Amino acid sequence: MKRRGFFKTAAIAGVLMAAGIVGQDARAADTIKVGILHSLSGTMAISETTLKDTALMAIEEINAKGGVLGKKLEPVVVDPASNWPLFAEKARQLVSQDKVAVVFGCWTSVSRKSVLPVFKELNSLLFYPVQYEGEELEKNVFYTGAAPNQQAIPAVEYLLSADGGGAKRFVLLGTDYVYPRTTNKILRAFLHSKGIQDTDIDEVYTPFGHSDYQTIVANVKKFSQGGKTAVISTINGDSNVPFYKELGNAGLKATDVPVVAFSVGEEELRGVDTKPLVGHLAAWNYFESVKAPENDAFVKKWKAYSVKQKLPNADKAVTNDPMEATYVGIYMWKAAVEKAKSTDTDKVIAAMAGQTFKAPSGFTLTMDKTNHHLHKPVYIGEVKADGQFNIVWKTKGPIRAQPWSPFITGNESKQNM
Amino acid sequence: MRARPAPLLLFVLCLLPLPAWSALDPAVIKLLASDTTDDRINAIGQLAVSTDPLAAAVLRGLGESTVYALEDGRLLIVNNDKAVDAATGEAVAPVPETKDQLIVNNRLRKALETAQAAGQLFSTDRAVRLRAARDLQTSALPAQLPLLRDARAKETDSVVQGILDLAIASASLRSDNMQDRLSAVQFLGEHGGAPAKTMLNSLAAAPVGGTTTEADARLRQAAQAAIAAIDRRLARTEMVGTALQGLSLASVLLLAALGLAITFGLMGIINMAHGELLMIGAYATYVVQTLFRKYLPGGLDWYVIAAIPVAFATSALVGMALERTVIRRLYGRPLETLLCTWGISLILMQAVRTIFGAQNVEVANPSWMSGGVTVMEGLVLPYNRICIVIFSALVVALVWLLLNRTRLGLFVRGVTQNRRMADCVGVPTSRIDTLTFGLGSGIAGLGGVALSQIGNVGPDLGQSYIVDSFMVVVLGGVGQLAGTVIAAFGLGELNKFLEPYAGAVLAKITILVFIILFIQKRPQGLFALKGRSAEAST
Repeated sequence: MKRRGFFKTAAIAGVLMAAGIVGQDARAADTIKVGILHSLSGTMAISETTLKDTALMAIEEINAKGGVLGKKLEPVVVDPASNWPLFAEKARQLVSQDKVAVVFGCWTSVSRKSVLPVFKELNSLLFYPVQYEGEELEKNVFYTGAAPNQQAIPAVEYLLSADGGGAKRFVLLGTDYVYPRTTNKILRAFLHSKGIQDTDIDEVYTPFGHSDYQTIVANVKKFSQGGKTAVISTINGDSNVPFYKELGNAGLKATDVPVVAFSVGEEELRGVDTKPLVGHLAAWNYFESVKAPENDAFVKKWKAYSVKQKLPNADKAVTNDPMEATYVGIYMWKAAVEKAKSTDTDKVIAAMAGQTFKAPSGFTLTMDKTNHHLHKPVYIGEVKADGQFNIVWKTKGPIRAQPWSPFITGNESKQNM
Repeated sequence: MRARPAPLLLFVLCLLPLPAWSALDPAVIKLLASDTTDDRINAIGQLAVSTDPLAAAVLRGLGESTVYALEDGRLLIVNNDKAVDAATGEAVAPVPETKDQLIVNNRLRKALETAQAAGQLFSTDRAVRLRAARDLQTSALPAQLPLLRDARAKETDSVVQGILDLAIASASLRSDNMQDRLSAVQFLGEHGGAPAKTMLNSLAAAPVGGTTTEADARLRQAAQAAIAAIDRRLARTEMVGTALQGLSLASVLLLAALGLAITFGLMGIINMAHGELLMIGAYATYVVQTLFRKYLPGGLDWYVIAAIPVAFATSALVGMALERTVIRRLYGRPLETLLCTWGISLILMQAVRTIFGAQNVEVANPSWMSGGVTVMEGLVLPYNRICIVIFSALVVALVWLLLNRTRLGLFVRGVTQNRRMADCVGVPTSRIDTLTFGLGSGIAGLGGVALSQIGNVGPDLGQSYIVDSFMVVVLGGVGQLAGTVIAAFGLGELNKFLEPYAGAVLAKITILVFIILFIQKRPQGLFALKGRSAEAST
């Protein structure tokens, strides 16, 4: 009796499963799958979770207007959990198992480096939305964040200028992985070219998730006795919260020692009391405080979306640079697919060259014809008491990316694809 | 008699918020909105010497970002939907829609602070005077000397007096009188701190080209001597600073490890879920904070105090439930306990992720824990660190009292030392086990409250402390409360003294190597239980 019951159930289940598979196939035909590969847990979740939500918002928006090539986009979200080998595993799963047409994802360079072989091997597409150290140019990747000459170099130039405080000494403080190390190598060469000696440069690294910044802040104070000092922070992830807390508590004011950060935006500052941090700087290609009609619309959309999706702290939702870059990336991919009339990787890559998009940063951004990077404007902002940024410096217009920094020897010959 | 009405009239005028004819030079006001920072600093300088209350209002407005530029070039100060013209002081209504906020960068902010500080030196509020004196400490100009001396003469607070003396000396450094400069250098050498050193550096450096007079050379020598004196003082400050940082790290380690010292140390359970009990304590703090925000916003500053019992109870309950359901069945099987509690830690993390989301949650320091106290010139101790040191001392004292002065503590020690004998004489060993495990877990919860005040609160908070906790307990000697305290203290200090030389990454590695070597030499840790009972209990 029992056994027969079991067989019956199994049979029904089998039929249902088969039906499910058939159903899925039928559905798959009229959607385009899009992979989203961002850490939703672990040390990087503080930064990456909102990028996933931004991607979902853009996809929803595109679907509401009829999708791409008449098909709806179907997001496939995975969580690589701030675990670099898991990034590669999840990327492979997205491309070969879920058969996504394109992947939007990664924040840290170490995660990007770990998924690169997968995208090369399977000839698939990755859109990478975060500023990074350069020294890389892959056919399968489109970089919608900044290269060093679109963020790090202008920021240091600003610190050297009279308005930036005319800094003479620099502390290069970062999380210990490829992005801060390479960026600091470029910056050291750049500072040398400006006549700053090695004795006036201090390079310090902390592990991912480091939370005790007492010694480092005390050392910065000590270092600043030798002359006007600025700190260049490439700290990534949730370590920024204890770092800025310590900075505020130790009374290191921006008028004395300004800290300019490359991975801290509106989102990361949400968890910090920003009143003691007023005046510290960040360099990006977009701030929520940019005045442009496109930005007003973007911010409004994001706030409405956060409330609708009941995201945590939706009432205080903010936008930031990598979110803008994600948004721009998705729309550029859409335009390229429509131009190529196909989601085929090689056809889309060809169609991406020279794509333009009127971005929230207030400029029409262009995808470079040869180097897979966007032409972007550069903004430098000072933290305000409410966690937003005052834009104190900006470029006249978008500038072309130099993924191979001229400050590293041997790079002169490799500028293009 | 006749002169009376005039002062009276003036007095009445002063009561009026902004008299109509108190006008500022429109050219100066226009400079404030200039594109070049030099012009703007120039304008701030001119406003700073103005006695017009409107000038002070404009400067304050700039600092608070309430000054706006209109398209026609006029500037407005906007406060709560009311606007006044910055040049004339006339009210402007309605407030125009299109206006640009004047943005102040660091350089302007510094100029503003200096400009405003002079006036604030005579405030009745000690905190305002202290801040103003600090602002002027390095940036005071020779022109401000009479004002500074005046303020110094009227000052009653010794701390502010000291800072004003330094400000006077640094202003004199830039004066034209060589004798003044020399005595200022000497004064700074005797009393100055890090900021003074920065100023003296430029004097002590050998001039590049050009001729030097004998007086210049004397000044340079004096500056070099002064810097050497300051360096000696700074080295001492740094030593004290490092020791205090080590103490603060030690107290964090101690709070993280104390619960484990009971569950692992006394009961012998390799509890891999200990970190998650810390995390539950931190999340309990978050929940209490959320409840306070919602129902008791007035008392928000005291949510941490309320969170202490809540976190203890939550973690203790979770711990007791674990002991009753799982760990109880695994006594005496360390390998299974290890795997099982590790599994539990994953379950707890996922449960928290499901309930609160994978992202970190924001736990804010109450206002009385933000900022810090200046212990010595150039050494600021943050309040949150001080609170944690005190808190951990209290918790250790309470645990010690509980274990050594109460009936429960007697039973716990009895069961630890000889379970069978304790059972024979009527101690309810299984209940004691549950209570002890609950106590250890509850203390982990208290650790969680402390950790939430200095670090991030997220589902994997526990992961970063579990290794540290085991390190402390093993080094201290299993089963020894005093050992745990000393081990935490030693590791904290060692780490902080190594860090400046080796960096954070290498310091941690060095410590691990040190512990491996130490355990090779003394497997039982710093303090070991002696005698038969110890061997029997393992």
